[in-house]
Amino acid sequence: MLRVDALRAIYARLEQCIVVTIMGAVSAELQSLGHRPGFFYLLHSMGLASSVGLGISLLRPELRVVVLDGDGSILMNLGALTTMARYRPRNLVHIVFDNESLLSVGGFPTATATGSDIAGMAAAAGVPRTSTVRAVAEFAAAFEQALRADELTTLVAKVDAKGPPSFLTDLSMLENRFQFQRHLRDLRARQE
Amino acid sequence: MPASVKNSQVIYDALKACGVGLVSALPETWLVHLIRMAEDDPQMILVRLAKEEEGVGISAGAHLAGAKSAMLLQNHGFLQSVNGIVSLARLYRIPLLMLISYRGELGERDPWQTEGGGVTEPLLRALDIPYERLEDPAHVAHRIKDAQTLAESSLKPVALLLCRDLMWEE
Repeated sequence: MLRVDALRAIYARLEQCIVVTIMGAVSAELQSLGHRPGFFYLLHSMGLASSVGLGISLLRPELRVVVLDGDGSILMNLGALTTMARYRPRNLVHIVFDNESLLSVGGFPTATATGSDIAGMAAAAGVPRTSTVRAVAEFAAAFEQALRADELTTLVAKVDAKGPPSFLTDLSMLENRFQFQRHLRDLRARQE
Repeated sequence: MPASVKNSQVIYDALKACGVGLVSALPETWLVHLIRMAEDDPQMILVRLAKEEEGVGISAGAHLAGAKSAMLLQNHGFLQSVNGIVSLARLYRIPLLMLISYRGELGERDPWQTEGGGVTEPLLRALDIPYERLEDPAHVAHRIKDAQTLAESSLKPVALLLCRDLMWEE
């Protein structure tokens, strides 16, 4: 499965969510499908996208928060799985695109290439719903189920180690950050 | 030789007065009362971390979501969080209010704490993080308020060093 095909399959639903992504291919590919004010791309600090998503989901339970993580990133912050599981916000879906490699720095294999199982680690950490999928239709169905389940889910999508030729986009980091913050503020104002 | 309940309360009350609604923490001897106060407060969201750098991400999420937060961490936790401070908080202009228990200064009895003390302030200066020491309960409230104000206006990390004289009762 190509990650961009997986993203395309759930894009219509992502538009209705608050989305935090990791750097590299995930960020560039989601932007190639169309940027939305509710999308925040964390272009550094590997490992912390899940923590940012956790912070948002704890403070804004009315929002549906989706983290688009990667194997290399979550492996840098495995403790985050235990912290997410501890507070298990019902409005958080944690997707991990697992290409078994550090694609953006030359494709060096991560530990998932030699058998480390992220869904298994999430389950053992206490995340109530976990699964691993390998095909686009299966991924889209699992994501839909996760949204409906109303329970913290870690969904691992095994994807090919392929990405776009460039990870640079014309959206500056700070523009994205302030637009995203303003969007969250506007959503609250509309609610009140 | 316990951590000071009285002065922990002064610190906690000052955080509340600033409107802090989320605290992330990793337990540390000097921080135990502050963490319990956050835990017992139904108005406070306490996030217990596995490792301190997570707290930078959680505070960033809190800020983007529209809330004020604070990190409670030991200076070794600050050392552990440096990449997140640089490549998230500074890169994305996120205010971070860090309350750092300052172990390893004069009077430190635990040999394992003694290396962290000497590098804490040089590292804060190297990272260009404004900081103040909290030593006297009389200046705690206004220094915490001032630190919170500067973090929010500059959109940058600001640190307060929780010193032995404030935190520990011999």
